[in-house]
Amino acid sequence: MSALEIRSLAVTYRSDRGDVPAVRGVDLTIEPGETVGLAGESGCGKSTIAGAVLKLLPKGSEVTGQVLLGGEDVYAMKPGRLRAVRWTSAAIVFQGALHSLNPVHRIGAQVAEAVELHGATAADARRRAAELLERVGIPSGRLRSYPHQLSGGQRQRVLIALALACDPALLIADEPTTALDVMVQAQVLELLAELQRDRGLSLLFITHDLSVLASTCERLAVMYAGQIVEHGPSSVVLSAPEHPYTAALARAFPTIGDPASRMNPSGLRGDPPDPSALPTGCSFHPRCDVALPSCGDLAVRLQPAGRARAAACVHVGSGIVKGAS
Amino acid sequence: MSDEEVSDDAPLLSLRDVRVTFRGERGREVRAVDGVDLDVRRGEVLALVGESGCGKTTLIRSVLGLEPLSGGVVEWEGRSVDRSSAGLRSLRRKVQMIFQDPTAALDPRHTIYEAVAEGLRIHRVRSDEVVQVGAALAAAGLRPPERFLDRYPHEVSGGQRQRVLIAGAMALGPELLLADEPVASLDASIRGEILALLRSLVDQAGVSIVAVTHDLGLAWNIADRIAVMYLGRIVELGPAEAVLEAPRHPYTQALLSVVPEARHVEPQILSGEAPDPARIPSGCRFHPRCPVVASGEAERLGILDRCRGTDVSLEVIGPGRAVACHVR
Repeated sequence: MSALEIRSLAVTYRSDRGDVPAVRGVDLTIEPGETVGLAGESGCGKSTIAGAVLKLLPKGSEVTGQVLLGGEDVYAMKPGRLRAVRWTSAAIVFQGALHSLNPVHRIGAQVAEAVELHGATAADARRRAAELLERVGIPSGRLRSYPHQLSGGQRQRVLIALALACDPALLIADEPTTALDVMVQAQVLELLAELQRDRGLSLLFITHDLSVLASTCERLAVMYAGQIVEHGPSSVVLSAPEHPYTAALARAFPTIGDPASRMNPSGLRGDPPDPSALPTGCSFHPRCDVALPSCGDLAVRLQPAGRARAAACVHVGSGIVKGAS
Repeated sequence: MSDEEVSDDAPLLSLRDVRVTFRGERGREVRAVDGVDLDVRRGEVLALVGESGCGKTTLIRSVLGLEPLSGGVVEWEGRSVDRSSAGLRSLRRKVQMIFQDPTAALDPRHTIYEAVAEGLRIHRVRSDEVVQVGAALAAAGLRPPERFLDRYPHEVSGGQRQRVLIAGAMALGPELLLADEPVASLDASIRGEILALLRSLVDQAGVSIVAVTHDLGLAWNIADRIAVMYLGRIVELGPAEAVLEAPRHPYTQALLSVVPEARHVEPQILSGEAPDPARIPSGCRFHPRCPVVASGEAERLGILDRCRGTDVSLEVIGPGRAVACHVR
């Protein structure tokens, strides 16, 4: 049974200025012990997917499709069952570690509280909190620290410890390293990889930085304007992308030593689309270098693009899309 | 050689033993910038690279007097800059700062026209303001400028806001831009366009840029030279290709090994956070985290005592290259 199976998920936010389709028909499966990366830019819907998995979206969001956690439909659960499943079956590490912690509680107490809420005695919870914090590299001398006394990297580690409090099978990490320095980022990525190995965690890793996903994930899905436009094994998706958007994202973070990118930064013209005013046809066509006249009218669905791969582009299989080099 | 030729060869900006010291918790001395010597040449992009807390932002702020110097000299075209308010004011017209987060740096109540015109007004530039604002917006890639003049920051995209900041800086016709993490808050697809714009300002308008960043890919994309900073000092300096492809300082080597795009080497993940400028270690300030020390290599080389006990400053190791390391 898959750790997570998302089927035809669509999420629409209701706002004063009309409906905003944030996620527009997404299928995604994560097998037990697998690490899957979800890449895309601000507003592409990737964080909405994280919230949708645990039914944590704002009131008034319309959700259609199915989210199966360990085979069980999250949207068919009774409230009591949903509370039990949150943090025990799946947990989320959000971005912005400073704001997700309670500033007036000591970190040891915050982690212990999460353990206790799910049915441990106070003494057990304290012991378990100390173990968890030690596991993520926070020394026991820090248990009585407040969040502001920790560095950014340490706060991110506390959030990971919190997410692990109830021993979830699936961990969703939403931009867990975005605000961190390269060295601290490397430490946090190493920690996540170790946890994934030691505990057999399934990991959904969400970020705008494709290069981070390349080194941490087995499979990769790239989102644009609420849809997955390409997915497949990380290494081939990055080295030989089939969707022009994936190719542009891969080029945005250059390989040091690659002569093609030296003194030659590469980006995309235009801006990510406004979800409330999406372009017609293929949502990417206004920014696409290889768009055909028909792309403005006709959206292409995901189609097979080689072994265990798919991409949503008229050019799939034609070799027109140029890789990152 | 005549005097004029001498001044032509002089760097645009020179820092000589620049120091910025604060009083921290319990009166402890925090040496944020601890003796930096650095030249910025005409028409180059210099990337100033390092982790949070290494002093890179404090260093560029100190150039403009936004942080008081505790020691050392800032020279402009070979002449010491008068640190009085009049002296700094005239420097600030030639040296413009571009801040990290365009959303925070722009006043939400001011139109884009006002944001770009502000500098012209502060410096009482006598000219046709409308023409100059329009030209600056167009030069920053906001075309046609008329479409942007009356809009507010929240009405344009993040990438466009960063272009507005660049236009505001360029409106004064500066000779040097100090850019603090110019693309860190931008989406991946926007990053390349902004970097290309910055590089074109150097190649076409002839400005120089000091880009403060922790992003080594940025340096590979646009920098001519790189200065690597650690705990208030420059520890490695040289042409971008040389430093990125054959780093000599163990700190630079470690930084490069963990760049996700550069996994051709075994990653050397240094333990701990960026160290604390209130507690600068004795000897080489990098030695407590240095892989050469930790692996026993320094002991085999017979330099361990010096790594632990003797401070080390930048020494020239080749054309335009310098490194501060006992291994050398």
